[in-house]
Amino acid sequence: MKAEKLLEVRFPAKPERLCLVRSLVRSASTHSGCSGALCDKLVIAVNEACMNVIQHAYKGDESGEMVLEILNNGSELLFRLKDHAAPIDLNSVKPRDLDEIRPGGLGVHFIREIMDECRMGHLEKGAGNYLEMTKRID
Amino acid sequence: MKYTVREEGGYTVLELTGEVDLSCSPEARKQILLCLDEKRNLLVDMSRVNYIDSSGVASLVEGFQTAKKRNLKFGLVGVSGSAMSVLQLARLDKVFPIHLNVQERLKADG
Repeated sequence: MKAEKLLEVRFPAKPERLCLVRSLVRSASTHSGCSGALCDKLVIAVNEACMNVIQHAYKGDESGEMVLEILNNGSELLFRLKDHAAPIDLNSVKPRDLDEIRPGGLGVHFIREIMDECRMGHLEKGAGNYLEMTKRID
Repeated sequence: MKYTVREEGGYTVLELTGEVDLSCSPEARKQILLCLDEKRNLLVDMSRVNYIDSSGVASLVEGFQTAKKRNLKFGLVGVSGSAMSVLQLARLDKVFPIHLNVQERLKADG
């Protein structure tokens, strides 16, 4: 089944905009028939992905922008997040050992724990980075 | 996020309300560390927290570790369902002392 695009939104890489993104993710997930518990988890994962862009790709530069697309192919939701920051070191993005109790570094773990699949890479010609996250909903 | 601070049973109780995300977790961290800087035992009341992200969780971890270093008591009370699911994801629900409310924590202290 061809994936239907539910929404595409462009927003500034500002922490204050994350609440709006969470609302959109919740609405799209609910619209796609996800349970309340699954909606909660998808909101957490996408929020963490956006936070990583703000903190690690743009390094706090609030003039940066990112684009979130949400697609539904009938059995899965696909969340595609793109930024136009300098290409990041893909090897540096990995979950940390949770037995080590320290602040920070949990976002990647949350995303991997919640989503079924994650793919990340660089946009063509060094134009930025992307992260695609997939979650089964059937 | 809003917060209030009160004293109860030998603890400072920092009650957080609303969403604790990247836009306000620096303020939550500041308030937590301020209480600990003043050598006060601290409970963070999370009964009105309807969302917390990893930056908010990091503020709690920093508070927990700072209190430990300074021999102060630290804990969470009234953790809402949504906040608890995030703590569980981080596997911190067994690390932080968590009680239903301040009274339960005081009972546990004996």
